[in-house]
Amino acid sequence: MLSGGQALLHALTVEGVDTIFGYPGGAIMPIYDALYDFEPNIKHVLVRHEQGGIHAGQGYARSSGKVGVVFATSGPGATNLVTGLADAQIDSTPLVCITGQVFAHLLGTDAFQEADVIGITTPVTKWNYQITDATEIPEVLAKAFHIARSGRPGPVLIDITKNAQLQKFEFKGYTPCDHIRSYRPKPIVRHEYIRAAAELINKAQKPFVLWGQGVMLGSAETEFKAFLEKTGIPAAWTIMGAGALPSDHPQNVGMLGMHGNYGPNVMTNECDVLIAVGMRFDDRVTGRLDKYAKQAKVIHLDIDPAEIDKNVKTTVPVWGDCKETLPLLTQMVETKQHPAWLAKFREFEQKEIDAVIREELFPASGEMTMGEVIQQLNELTKGEAIIVTDVGQHQMVACRYAKLNQTRSNITSGGLGTMGFALPAAIGAKFGTLDRTVVAVIGDGGIQMTIQELGTIMQSGIDVKIMILNNQFLGMVRQWQELFHERRYSFVDITSPDYVMVAKGYGIAGKSVNQREDLTAALQEMLHHPGAFLLEVMVTKENNVFPMVPQGCSVSEIRLK
Amino acid sequence: MSEQAHIDREEYNITVYTENQVGLLTRIAMIFSRRKMNILSLNTSPSEIEGIHRFNIVIHETEEVVSKICRQIEKQVEVLKVYYHTNEDVIWQEMALYKVPTDVIAEKVKVERLLRENGARAVVIRRDYTVFETTGHREETDNLIKILQPYGLIEFVRSARIAIIKDSDGFNRKLREFERAEPSHEVVENEYLNSREKVFSM
Repeated sequence: MLSGGQALLHALTVEGVDTIFGYPGGAIMPIYDALYDFEPNIKHVLVRHEQGGIHAGQGYARSSGKVGVVFATSGPGATNLVTGLADAQIDSTPLVCITGQVFAHLLGTDAFQEADVIGITTPVTKWNYQITDATEIPEVLAKAFHIARSGRPGPVLIDITKNAQLQKFEFKGYTPCDHIRSYRPKPIVRHEYIRAAAELINKAQKPFVLWGQGVMLGSAETEFKAFLEKTGIPAAWTIMGAGALPSDHPQNVGMLGMHGNYGPNVMTNECDVLIAVGMRFDDRVTGRLDKYAKQAKVIHLDIDPAEIDKNVKTTVPVWGDCKETLPLLTQMVETKQHPAWLAKFREFEQKEIDAVIREELFPASGEMTMGEVIQQLNELTKGEAIIVTDVGQHQMVACRYAKLNQTRSNITSGGLGTMGFALPAAIGAKFGTLDRTVVAVIGDGGIQMTIQELGTIMQSGIDVKIMILNNQFLGMVRQWQELFHERRYSFVDITSPDYVMVAKGYGIAGKSVNQREDLTAALQEMLHHPGAFLLEVMVTKENNVFPMVPQGCSVSEIRLK
Repeated sequence: MSEQAHIDREEYNITVYTENQVGLLTRIAMIFSRRKMNILSLNTSPSEIEGIHRFNIVIHETEEVVSKICRQIEKQVEVLKVYYHTNEDVIWQEMALYKVPTDVIAEKVKVERLLRENGARAVVIRRDYTVFETTGHREETDNLIKILQPYGLIEFVRSARIAIIKDSDGFNRKLREFERAEPSHEVVENEYLNSREKVFSM
């Protein structure tokens, strides 16, 4: 006989869970009681806020490719997960969140710490379920893991009433699930569409590949590279796809979208065949849809049939896991090179270097820029670090300029744009990949949203490098106010505490620099420090991130200044 | 919304085959409400296949919007298959009940003729009131309201729409074929699931 809580922990063990991020409370105490006996096989990281817990779970999942697991108690504990669930849902991050719930007989009575967690989380989960009887635990957990990690991954929430956690039952073992009657995670690959896509690609004069996170979610980096190298097609990435192909690969022509590179945005409206791989044509990538790639035939490779034609009309849909579909496509396409077409991207790149990049990465004088900090970081880490970014100007700068030689090296809140994401996500990312350097790049706004997670770093002793790019503003909002609201800087002037002192209070080493000549040494100190380190870099206050596709404009109307 | 999109809007009958799962109704309804779309009619019932439920949803939209929304519904874990059809492609019915005072009806109405002309029947006849029932399209059931209104109609209720497609194949076979054609893997669900009551003891 096992209690529901013990059965849950057994299930997690069979699923190979080694790390849980969580925060205990009254309604999840039986599970925490069971957890007590499962250490050290399962490591529990005590976060300082449930939002920190779920972002850490996301960071863990994104860096390791495994399912992130999060525990929270009922009511306020569970509702604090909502932001992270929405973030994980839109960024297709596999998570299993377990929340405690009040006793079943109290459900719906406005009991202490009761909230309708299933109702609240329905729109932000791939699947959710409330367990009121312990015997349901093995079945539901098995389904939860299968749903979270298969097909287009996503967050799953299981709410377990306290009586079910306590209830003893005859536990007959746990079998992972790989089939649900109504759930088809992988569409059947239609070979006629692969053939049609190959024909279009073979006839194309100016083909162009856009890739997103789907390449990484499908673990299809090798297959993707093989396809690109056989076809010789230039390829650009969304911020969620960054790193799936190394930054310096000769066919990698840069970042798409609102703050993406000049060439890929302009050329989107010049290519004849657009091949989208595992990306969903987000509005931050497409700009105005009615002026987006109207001249091109579109081939869309996606595992989620609902993404086909959702935003951009597709000529040939290639449903399926790109790990399966890309090799089939590679077999059928001709070996080609597109030197003249590729050279056009490089021409635009040169134009962008002259107008923006050189000044951003190698400023001759004046205050430090965010770009030069990232440039210095690239030099020192040789592009091998995991870069976790928060949301705002620093995020766009880091995504634009960070060198990523390895896959799963760029962790950012792409779809929801959640400020406060980076610090906890970096903690999770480090737990997911202990052998890699993890650098959280955070603005002075975002760090203050989840700064309490410095306490998690203190207690767990995890080695996370925290780099605050402090421009003393909520920079991205300020940039928009400057450009589109006549410089009416409404509530973007944010004051910071002494971050180094704050870090010191948490027993974390730190340093602040505001002179260019001190930057390299400070970065070296941060990277070589044994353990966590907080480095604050004071950067120029009113710098704008360019290029930029203004809202409501076509991608080819991208502005260099 | 463009003028063309307004012109192209018409009634669509969405048929959703699902597993029988608590909370799924909310999940499906939210797909519409999130997009600020109004559901004109919604009916759920068990289908002819064990463990499978069937939703009939009616909305007034363009085909493009309907096809996208159907994919979003089909994306839900417990949803097996979603189809959509125009009114021309389905046979549909709504049922209506009318409660009227028995004495007035008995005195003033030629009930026999009323029933015959409206394809109605009396469900309950009591001293104080009589309940008529009719099924049909909206205009048909509306028509009987107009007729009964002058005689002191007490209460009226109309059901959601149910629809069956005209295509002779029917859903049943498609659904069974679908289950045969797309079995993702061998079924190795937790072996205890189907006999939970027998296996687990409290």
